[in-house]
Order: sequence, then structure tokens, then C-alpha cells
Amino acid sequence: MENAVYITLGLGAVFCAYRAVIAVRLLSSMLYLACVSALVSILLYLMGAIEVAVIELSVGAGLVTVLFVYALSVVGEDARDLLSVIPKPLAWFTILLVAGLVAWLTFPTLPRPAQDGILSLKEALWQRRALDVWVQIALIFSGVMGVLGLLADTGRGPAAQPLEPKSARIAHQPEEDAE
Amino acid sequence: MTPLDIVLLVAVLLLGVAFYGLLITRNLIKMVVVLQLLVKGVVLALVLAGNVGGRAALGHSIAVTVIVADTVVAVVALALAVQVRLRFGTLDIPGISSLKG
Repeated sequence: MENAVYITLGLGAVFCAYRAVIAVRLLSSMLYLACVSALVSILLYLMGAIEVAVIELSVGAGLVTVLFVYALSVVGEDARDLLSVIPKPLAWFTILLVAGLVAWLTFPTLPRPAQDGILSLKEALWQRRALDVWVQIALIFSGVMGVLGLLADTGRGPAAQPLEPKSARIAHQPEEDAE
Repeated sequence: MTPLDIVLLVAVLLLGVAFYGLLITRNLIKMVVVLQLLVKGVVLALVLAGNVGGRAALGHSIAVTVIVADTVVAVVALALAVQVRLRFGTLDIPGISSLKG
């Protein structure tokens, strides 16, 4: 029964991830990403990583989705994904080969779970890894600057004139017509 | 097959799907979405490694760090994508390339 729950959640996450990759509309892709984040956070909760699950759900499925939808509202609904440069069968073959090799190398050596009941997340985060907590603070500051960049100068709208040279615009014209 | 084995397979499959997405995607915002998918698999693998290695709290704290860093990467990348769209009029990566030859 426990395995069935894990398999259902895992298959749902992988299916939503695949739909997010192949979705034509960016908004659909973002919503599938939020579904993946929610399913992964349930898996994390079942594995005992409660704090990580809460952060993943609030940040991954909440904040990041809001940022994506806001960015999409700025750039416009016409920003659809285009055709792939690499042939899709070749990409699938490469990825399946690599994923199969990784699973083959890792799967037989997975040891049984062991618990460290002494060390808490608070102690691990604030005492044993104090340095990269400061790095996280710097990263959050960078994130705030990024949000300011996201909000900056968006009044020109998506119809702003491109700044590339005229020759480059002419070179790209047949591609735009083909779309 | 234990639940941890299933989680390992899910993490590997998520990484595979995300790498496939990175190969075929040429839209800047879609690429950020795919990077987020990649990090979901990494977070699962980190928590799993902490659990099976007997250092669960360390794995959890590293996973928290990865989530924070990934969010910042998404924010900065989205800001860059918006600015690229406003300046070049497109999000297509070959369309914004100014290098010739």
C-alpha cells in the first residue's frame, strides 16, 4: 500500500514534468510545473523531510509560479515555444541512455535507510553550515535585485523596437514569416 | 522494491525529462521552467541521499539551500528574459543571437 502511494505520486510528477516540457503554451507549462512541485513536496513529506516539503510547496509551487505568471503577463501570450533545433528522437535517445546508466549505477547500491535522531535540521543549518546560510542571505538579496529588474521599465510593452542591427533583423525575417 | 527505491527512480526520471527539455527548448522562459524541473529532481535526490546515508538533517539543510538558490536563479533569469523580450522583441534564442558565422 505504501509503495502504491509512492508510485502514484512519482508517476504523476514525471507525467506533469513531461507535459510541462512538451506544452506549447507557456502558461500550461507553468501550471504543470506547479503540479510537479506540489507532488514532489508530498513525496518529501512522506520521506520525513517536513521542513523541506513546506519550503518546496510555498516557494516552488507558490512564489515561483506567481513570478512566472507575472513575467508571462509582461512579455505577452504570444511568447510560445518554437520547434526544437535538435531532432527529438536524438534527444530522447541521449537522455534515456544517460538516465539508464545513472539508474543502473545507483540502483543496486542503494543501502537501507539509517536515521540520525540526534542532529536536528536547526543544528545542521545554523551551527554546522553557518557559512552557506550567509551565502543564502546574499542570494536572497540578489533575488530582491532580480525582482526589481523584473519590475523595471516594463511600461514600454512587448511591442518595443528591437535594438539589434538592421542586417540582423533582415536575416531573421524569413524565420518569423515561417512561424 | 522499497519506497526509497521508487523515489530514486522518480528523481532519475525527473532529471531525464528535464535534460530532454533543455535539449529541445529554445524559448528563454520555457528554459527557466525546465531548469526548475531539473532542480526538483535534484532536491529529491539530495533528501534521499541524506536519508540513506544516515545524515538526514544535513541532506535536508542542503536541499533547503538548493531551493533558495534555485528560486533566486529563476527570478534573475526571468528578469533577464523580460528585458530581452523588451529589447529584442523575441524570446527565441537563435533570434536574439547577434554573432555571425
